[in-house]
Amino acid sequence: MRHVISALVQNQPGVLAHVAGMFAARGFNIDSLVVGRTEDPEQSRMTIVVIGDDKVLEQVRKQLAKIVTVVKVRDFEEVTYVERDLMLIRVHAAPEKRAEVVELANLFRGRVVDIARNNMTVELSGTEDKLEAFVDLVRPYGIRELARTGVIAMSRGEQKNARTSEAED
Amino acid sequence: MAPESNHSGRRSYIGFSGAEMLNEMLLAEGVEIIFGFPGGAVLPIFDVLYRSPLKFILTRHEQGAAHMADGYARSTGRTGVVLATSGPGATNLVTGLATANMDSVPVVALTGQVKSFLIGNDAFQEADTTGITRPITKHNFMVKRVEDLARTVKEAFHIARTGRPGPVVVDIAVDATANKLSDEPNLEMNLPGYKPRTAGHIRQIKLAAETINRSQRPALYVGGGVIISGASELLRALAEKGKIPVTTTLLGLGAFDESNPLAMQMLGMHGSATANFAVQECDCLIAVGARFDDRVTGNVSTFAPHAKVIHIDIDPASISKNVEVDIPVVGDAKDILEKMLPLIESPDRSKWLAQIEQWKQRYPLKYETDGRIRPQEVVEAIGRLTHHDAIIATGVGQHQMWAAQFYGWRRPRQIITSGGLGTMGYGCPAAIGAQFGNPGATVIDIDGDGSFSMTMVEVITAVQYQQPVKFVVLDNGYLGMVRQWQEMFYGKRYSAVVHPCPEFKMIAEGYGARGMKVSDRRELCDAINEMLKHEGPVVLHVAVEPEENVYPMVATGKSLHEMDLGKLA
Repeated sequence: MRHVISALVQNQPGVLAHVAGMFAARGFNIDSLVVGRTEDPEQSRMTIVVIGDDKVLEQVRKQLAKIVTVVKVRDFEEVTYVERDLMLIRVHAAPEKRAEVVELANLFRGRVVDIARNNMTVELSGTEDKLEAFVDLVRPYGIRELARTGVIAMSRGEQKNARTSEAED
Repeated sequence: MAPESNHSGRRSYIGFSGAEMLNEMLLAEGVEIIFGFPGGAVLPIFDVLYRSPLKFILTRHEQGAAHMADGYARSTGRTGVVLATSGPGATNLVTGLATANMDSVPVVALTGQVKSFLIGNDAFQEADTTGITRPITKHNFMVKRVEDLARTVKEAFHIARTGRPGPVVVDIAVDATANKLSDEPNLEMNLPGYKPRTAGHIRQIKLAAETINRSQRPALYVGGGVIISGASELLRALAEKGKIPVTTTLLGLGAFDESNPLAMQMLGMHGSATANFAVQECDCLIAVGARFDDRVTGNVSTFAPHAKVIHIDIDPASISKNVEVDIPVVGDAKDILEKMLPLIESPDRSKWLAQIEQWKQRYPLKYETDGRIRPQEVVEAIGRLTHHDAIIATGVGQHQMWAAQFYGWRRPRQIITSGGLGTMGYGCPAAIGAQFGNPGATVIDIDGDGSFSMTMVEVITAVQYQQPVKFVVLDNGYLGMVRQWQEMFYGKRYSAVVHPCPEFKMIAEGYGARGMKVSDRRELCDAINEMLKHEGPVVLHVAVEPEENVYPMVATGKSLHEMDLGKLA
């Protein structure tokens, strides 16, 4: 099962290595891991997509929370939340095919951010499913290059009771 | 627990070098003794130690220093401190840190690092110490600026000894110890992500107590956490009030007096038959400060099959990691047992206790007494002649299991042994560390010839600092535990286990210790007594039966009740 976990961490050298090392050492599979700044310069947020059953996820959450520099862990399993993945994709598009690709990009609410003689680059954000659907559709044209940020997530509304590290027993 | 820092800014530290500041912080943390080995990147620290009240113990190898700090910590409950230089100094600590980490031992390791501007440059004696030690410590820090040193040391001690304790490395660039403070250092800890839970949740405690009260056949399964939290007395009260038999893990030995009628000794792969049967038959298993290690559970899917499992542990990550737990209670064992004790009832459990007693009568731990000296009888004799009151360190292997089975443990912090990592070579230095922490106590390393050979060089450290540690080396001429497995599971194909020994007596004498050797049963007790009477360190070489096996034995993948009782059956 796919889980999106968000970890607030201290903005210090070694934190990413610590988190990544823990995942590797305990044999947990990371689908994506995103680190970015927050409104607080002392803290960063990691958003981690993990594949595993409930037992594995419980261990992931606990082992993450155990890391000294990890301040808070949330699992979005039990709340409604928004998730976004950002993609830049360069598609082969000879002049006569451009219109088709642009139309697809528009249907997905993407934007063309670069264009060259035989290819164009589309910026697209959304859920992983949406991005993958787009990738499938443009694959026949030929994908030259693809980069994705990985998922970031946030709960909807004012609910904050996603299962946190402090609520274990 | 050492006193809190009394440095509330009353004194000025401006002009202090990093090394001087480090010295101040160590004293403020209540440190009395440091084990270690000098080198280039820690020279400013050693220059300060030259005139410091801190006692520095020069070992012969950094691994020995790490194990000494660990043995000191386990036997006293205080935080052990080890100091090593950069590069090889730090890498030599690795086994010691991993050992302490697996067994939750509070150790602070200070390592030198190359100059801050050379870090990452492959400088002389540079190693990525924080990178190397990250997975084998509770936490680690790198300090590049003198301003950060004091606060970091304070944080390191706090992390090492609170919650589930463990080793913490502080890797310090040499310029951060040499440079001087131009401002008052910030001593405010900044650990927003570190909040170990100590108080147990009362709702869970009540639920656990109700479950225990309702059970017919409860059993306590007790680990090192009870010793760490100082909850042994409460454990005894709880067991006696609820009439609950108690088994301990290897690290839990001494948490419950084995002369108590409720004691079932150790459980697991080489546990007593009584303990293993009791776990498999019980209807309520109360795990306290233990972590369901694979050497304890045997086949996890058939472990304690009839039991409601209650798990009391300070580390939330230990809960339901290996065995699905019905009632978790996260917190400090002492706090939880204290709150639970008044809720525990005293129902009639005579039928269950009679069953336990019957197993004890039917399957006592025993051994043969013909032919060569049996290793078990050496341990038993040491137990008797020290009135079960000595501090016993061990190496890892058969001798460790015999020590666990036959010494007769009475009180907490009595056994000093590497359980989780299983580090051969641990016994000799750990015993020395324990002796430093317990002057006047009888400290004995019950060791195997294989384990002892790995680190015996530290005997000279005991000689140098006049520590009267007794080293009893059970010499069977094999790497015995590996040989036992090869005998039982690999058709007796003895591969790389023949292990001829030197004359340990002469080696001891070469180091300036007393050396003794005994190979005749009739001389054994006299030899042990003579060893105990000698005021300095002694190495007693005991030639024992070469192919003795440890029983009972639960083979890998088997359930606890499927143990091979060997000659006990």
